[in-house]
Amino acid sequence: MTSHVIQSHAAHAAGHGHDHEHHDSGGSTVFGFWLYLMTDCILFASVFATYAVLFMNTAGGVSGKDIFELDFVLVETFALLLSSITYGFAMIAAHKGNKGGTIRWLLATFLLGAVFISMEVYEFHHLIAAGHGPSSSAFLSAFFALVGMHGLHVAAGMLWMIVMILEVNRRGLAPRTMTRLTCLSLFWHFLDIVWICVFTIVYLMGAL
Amino acid sequence: MFGKLTLEAVPYHEPIVMVTLAMVALGGLALIAAITYFRKWNYLWTEWLTSVDHKRIGVMYIIVALVMLLRGFADAMMMRSQLALATNGALGYLPPDHYDQIFTAHGVIMIIFMAMPFMFGLMNIILPLQIGARDVAFPFLNSLSFWLLVAAVVLMNLSLGVGEFARTGWVAYPPLSGLEFSPGVGVDYYIWALQISGIGTTLTAVNFLVTVLKMRAPTMKLMEMPIFTWTCTWANVLVVASFPILTAALGMLTLDRYLDFHFFTSDGGGNAMMYINLFWAWGHPEVYILVLPAFGIFSEVISTFTGKRLFGYKSMIYASGVIAILGFVVWLHHFFTMGSGANVNAFFGIATMVIAIPTGVKLFNWLFTIYRGRLRFTSPVLWTLGFMVTFTIGGMTGVLMAVPGADFVLHNSLFLIAHFHNTIIGGAVFGYLAGFTFWFPKVFGFKLNEKWGKASFWFWQIGFYFAFVPLYILGFLGMTRRLNHTDNPDWTPWLYVACIGAVLILFGILCQFIQVFVSVRDRKKLVDESGDPWNAHTLEWATSSPPPFYNFATTPVVHDIDAFTDMKEKGIAYDRPARYAPIHMPRNTSAGLIIGAFATVGGFAAIWHIWWLAIVSLVGIVAAFLVRAYDNDVDYYVQPAEIERLENAHLAKLAKA
Repeated sequence: MTSHVIQSHAAHAAGHGHDHEHHDSGGSTVFGFWLYLMTDCILFASVFATYAVLFMNTAGGVSGKDIFELDFVLVETFALLLSSITYGFAMIAAHKGNKGGTIRWLLATFLLGAVFISMEVYEFHHLIAAGHGPSSSAFLSAFFALVGMHGLHVAAGMLWMIVMILEVNRRGLAPRTMTRLTCLSLFWHFLDIVWICVFTIVYLMGAL
Repeated sequence: MFGKLTLEAVPYHEPIVMVTLAMVALGGLALIAAITYFRKWNYLWTEWLTSVDHKRIGVMYIIVALVMLLRGFADAMMMRSQLALATNGALGYLPPDHYDQIFTAHGVIMIIFMAMPFMFGLMNIILPLQIGARDVAFPFLNSLSFWLLVAAVVLMNLSLGVGEFARTGWVAYPPLSGLEFSPGVGVDYYIWALQISGIGTTLTAVNFLVTVLKMRAPTMKLMEMPIFTWTCTWANVLVVASFPILTAALGMLTLDRYLDFHFFTSDGGGNAMMYINLFWAWGHPEVYILVLPAFGIFSEVISTFTGKRLFGYKSMIYASGVIAILGFVVWLHHFFTMGSGANVNAFFGIATMVIAIPTGVKLFNWLFTIYRGRLRFTSPVLWTLGFMVTFTIGGMTGVLMAVPGADFVLHNSLFLIAHFHNTIIGGAVFGYLAGFTFWFPKVFGFKLNEKWGKASFWFWQIGFYFAFVPLYILGFLGMTRRLNHTDNPDWTPWLYVACIGAVLILFGILCQFIQVFVSVRDRKKLVDESGDPWNAHTLEWATSSPPPFYNFATTPVVHDIDAFTDMKEKGIAYDRPARYAPIHMPRNTSAGLIIGAFATVGGFAAIWHIWWLAIVSLVGIVAAFLVRAYDNDVDYYVQPAEIERLENAHLAKLAKA
């Protein structure tokens, strides 16, 4: 889908003869955003590596097996995976020029994101209340930092989504807005992929 | 209300600090008074501070770098003089708690706040010109990166007068940098200054990678890009791949210090070696980030002043790429003594030695470029020749220390200090100074005085050997780094010689400032109307000096690696185009400066645990960013009449010249 978007922008730019030196033209922005995502990927990789080094250092306290509730996390996971699909529908609506549909699907995505974040906050609260906060051991430090960093990214994505809903509502689906929707789309799917890694490495491998 | 901040945080009892502060305050007041007196605030604000022009941002980067060079060098002078005085049992004039802050600040400033901004300044000014672009891909982001650096510089310098700086060495290894052993705000200053500037650096690298791949003149193939552009591109690849690791490491250290996490603590299952691994997984690529663009500068200088095409252009690009990749798989040689076993150490040792091969390729390419050329001995060439000798010695001591067995003896000794100053001064700094002299006429329209430039070079070059060869010897004599005072008569003479070397380098720096002063005074005599004072090869010389804000009136058409030489040979270099088309340019914006200001306040609030202010700053950053993002009126068109007026003025000057 991404390459399709870039092409459509290139076609758009070509349509305006004098516009060929457009600063911030869609293609450059999307490519730049890809590069940013790769830096973010390395950020996550560094924290994953730290988790891998530290996850056995429980300092006599609980390990993943004792605290992870896979059923709960599975629901959380499906909320986030589903939100990628709804974002996909939002992009399809946007490419059709369907403003109302775009906003509705973005709202649906936002709600699913909110479900995910709420469940994560609940899980964190539950762990801290039970005395398994991040100060308890290196394992729990790494767990809270890795999962929490992903959660912060999702929260930032949700803030961005509110801004995009307002922008689409006010300005419609102008080329600049489409570029931003594309970037947020990349961001959102990227966070989904990171979560699949979190789910597999932290929760599944930890609980088994 | 003010967190941990009280009036006690100002070090009244330290005369050295207070005198420094008084001088900085006086200098600052004089500067403000001068700007007010000459009514330059408006000019400064509209033409410089809010500018998104890559050339102006580049100049501001270099000004920051030169100011920080003075501060970092003042630290160096204090260390060398302390060590020369504090021998044979004497204690010197710097107590350990102050001395420890000085060596930490020296390292952080020279790497993060002198070398990096110098390199990014040159890259900002030259790279878009070399590829025939109007500006960078994201001009606002470029301004934001610069102001984030300034925010970090302000925090770094605030630590001098409010509180303290870290006493951990520039690497800030835990558990020493943890809360248990560094309860003060010093390490917090370190963390936030590095974190904020690191984010700016990452954004710059993304920006320039997109610029190179998307904004270059459409006729320029990748394998026709000037060599400086290529080496900067490899450096930017390294930034994008390595700076997030630093961000992560510092982030985790922050959590340890602020929220009682246990990543790197001695208790709770923490593992300090994890920090050290992450730090050097960034830190080793970082030295290649510094030196690769310098290699590019030397290549440009040598090919220009021999009047020849660079020998082995393609092998130069591939060698840079190999260095960039290998630079990523050698980080463990910074701690062979960790005890990871013979096989692991052997891998990292051999990988390190292999880097000498692509570097050797480069050295021979430069030599073959000189071979049968007519080398003009200008000061950029002197810096380059000085580099070729000095850096080779630094490289060889590096290969020596890459042998794990030898490293066990030399680890943390002054031999190591001599080695990395040998490569970073002899490699990166000499390169930036060569580039500074080489490109100065492009930026300001007049050349720098050669006599003072050459004097500066000889002081630097000779001073370097006086300052650092003794450190190699002291390393063999068993002196370790970061000592405050010593009691070994064998070391004393060498410490004296090293101090004399530092004084010689001081003269070198003074010569440079005199050089700039004299050149500005004689700017009429040194003026260059042609835009091409050295008869050079690449596109940045095809436009006027200083270049118009839109760089090129018409997008250059490139047929050759040395695009401008090609144009000159065909006699089309200064042709007037049939007609001018409107040029699309970005508008200036204060958003970058405002976000930088919020980042400064936010960083300061986080350091002193003033949480309400930290939250206000964070909201301010997000709000300022959103306001900017929501603004669609960010660009405009320069009309053909305006372009014609500027171009005709330039062509008239050319006709006269």
